[in-house]
Amino acid sequence: MPAPQFVVIPMARVTGAPLEPLVKKGDHVKLGQKIGESAAFVSAPIHSSVSGTVTAVEARPHPGGRTAMAVVIENDGLDEKDESVRPCENFDALTPAELLAIVKDKGVVGMGGATFPTHVKLSIPKGKTVDTLIANGAECEPYLTADHRLMLEKSGDIVKGIQIVLKILGIERAFIGIEANKPDAIRAMRAACAQDSRIQVAPLKVKYPQGSEKQLITALLHREVPSGGLPADAGAVVSNVGTLAAIRDAVVDGMPVVRRVVTVSGNGVKEPGNLLARIGTPFQVCIDACGGMTPDARKIINGGPMMGTSLPSPDTPVIAGTSGILVLSEAQAAIPREISCIRCGKCVDACPIGVLPTAVAEAVDRGDYQSALRYRAMDCIECGSCVYVCPAKRHILQKIRLAKQTIRQKGLK
Amino acid sequence: MYVSPSPHIRAGTSIRRIMLDVVLALLPACAVGVVMFGWNALLLLCISVLTAVVTEAVITRLLRKPASVGDLSAVVTGLLLGMNLPATAPWWVAVVGSAFAIAIVKMAFGGIGCNFLNPALAGRAVLLACWPAIMTAWKDPFAAVDAVASATPLAAMKAGEIPDLLNLFLGKTGGCIGEVSAAALLLGAAYLLLRGVINLRIPLSYILTVFVFTLAVSRFNLTYAVAQLLSGGLILGAFYMANDYTTSPITPLGQIVMGIGCGLLTVIIRQWGGYPEGVSYSILLMNLAGPLIERATRPLVLGEKMKNPFKKKEAGKNA
Repeated sequence: MPAPQFVVIPMARVTGAPLEPLVKKGDHVKLGQKIGESAAFVSAPIHSSVSGTVTAVEARPHPGGRTAMAVVIENDGLDEKDESVRPCENFDALTPAELLAIVKDKGVVGMGGATFPTHVKLSIPKGKTVDTLIANGAECEPYLTADHRLMLEKSGDIVKGIQIVLKILGIERAFIGIEANKPDAIRAMRAACAQDSRIQVAPLKVKYPQGSEKQLITALLHREVPSGGLPADAGAVVSNVGTLAAIRDAVVDGMPVVRRVVTVSGNGVKEPGNLLARIGTPFQVCIDACGGMTPDARKIINGGPMMGTSLPSPDTPVIAGTSGILVLSEAQAAIPREISCIRCGKCVDACPIGVLPTAVAEAVDRGDYQSALRYRAMDCIECGSCVYVCPAKRHILQKIRLAKQTIRQKGLK
Repeated sequence: MYVSPSPHIRAGTSIRRIMLDVVLALLPACAVGVVMFGWNALLLLCISVLTAVVTEAVITRLLRKPASVGDLSAVVTGLLLGMNLPATAPWWVAVVGSAFAIAIVKMAFGGIGCNFLNPALAGRAVLLACWPAIMTAWKDPFAAVDAVASATPLAAMKAGEIPDLLNLFLGKTGGCIGEVSAAALLLGAAYLLLRGVINLRIPLSYILTVFVFTLAVSRFNLTYAVAQLLSGGLILGAFYMANDYTTSPITPLGQIVMGIGCGLLTVIIRQWGGYPEGVSYSILLMNLAGPLIERATRPLVLGEKMKNPFKKKEAGKNA
């Protein structure tokens, strides 16, 4: 889609420390120019996605659901590149440390949704050994097809990104996990990595949640991430295919994250589709590019239908983690009335982790957080499967979240 | 615009739909019962369902609680209770049993999802304790009209005979209205499995336990063991009552323990107990053990026990 007239670039990620704006109202900025930064380790800088004039630095709605400081830039339509955006001729000669520095400097973050800074993920803590990279091409959620599209159109870039990460991590094995219902993506990725024996495409069973780190590691490596641990504890790094393509763009083209593929879908959108959108494009602009909203549209979601955040206003901008913009109709968005739990156990069967969802929820109702802890509330990955299957329409996950928060606050063990 | 925490979509299932499926699944067995035993069977089934629904409606009205009969769970309870009556029973037995099941066993403990005993079975147990003669007056489907007296297949087996297996399977035998036809009950169970309403953990572990235990007790008399499976309320109990959502464990392992426990108790009562049939009491006893079973069978969460060869190798190297 064409770049919008205004972009709104938030100075906060979904995860990580907030950023300090490097520009002020009236400044002229160029495409790819760094406009926000933080000294904290768990943070990545952010860059302008257009060239033009800064018209405001003010609080704006953030896709995380709150408001956050944002730099608003009026696009001059010239896409004048910043001096720092230079293609790198001899990137094969760069050392792992230099590559990692580029990943950090170009603001590469997890593009699956959490926007966790990629350079942090690729810095394996001392004492842990990683032997496998998993490229996550298992679309995280229903409705979303952005990664599918990317694998078809940018398969070569993804493979290049994988090769760069293998070098950074100093390892020799990578899997590309793709759900078996996307044979075209499997073919495209197989063709792209045919020359590199270190990389294998692994078709995965189609299920939700398959694109979650823990599920991918179990499916591909038959290892379990220890309860409370990180993927590195199971010897793996998991990275979204979008992130890998962004790593390639950062290293080879010198281009920071200024665009991403966004799925615009849901039955509140007239013509659903995938867009290549600039970071900072307001949701409304993306939705209009897809024919606009239907009259009965009632809910706007950043991300997918299972884990995404619903937003009060379509003025929220696309960020690096916006895999999808979902608009739901009245019928889908209405919140059904809760009935008492009939203990059917469907949530237990649906939980991919082994939590007892309804038992945690009932413990929360009683205010018994010690029991909630015993039923493994802290292991919940908040995939929402329990709520999806519940015939009594109970707000199970919402209560598990309350349990997690309260257990943390009280420091229960 | 609506704003709410995720997830934002839900499956189209509902309690009402589930209960409707159970009712549909029970209808073939009811039909066989009516064909075998005549119009009084139909009358009992209708009275039982009606009493259950009216009782629940009156109680929710009196307590000023939201009306809950729309979820159809009272229909299921009434139907199951009716199916557990002998066809010769007078109409007021259905009224008393059904009202007790709903008022005392279900609503007194908080309504749907809160009872700790299966309402229909507890209702039947009360009737059996109060009016044992009425509750064991079996009608022989082959005898002349209104002939009361004839043993159930289980009673016959206790006396040393083995009834014809095909008749047992199809339902040409004595017993309660809804328990006689294994074929019709299995047809309904297949539908529930297909609809994802039930799973096989409790039914299969229950039936297998009864089969293996009976085989062992009878010194490997296969015909006898199969006859035991097809007789009495085992199929009805295993597929429609032992796996009752509310009164069985929610943990997968707990469900298997529940099934095995029911199986063991059923055979013990059938072989050495005072009653020829043990399905009702074994399920009720296991209902009571449910919370304990559930507590002891919490599933392991992903990564709770290290199933991680990579890490083990690591640890070995360091040591």
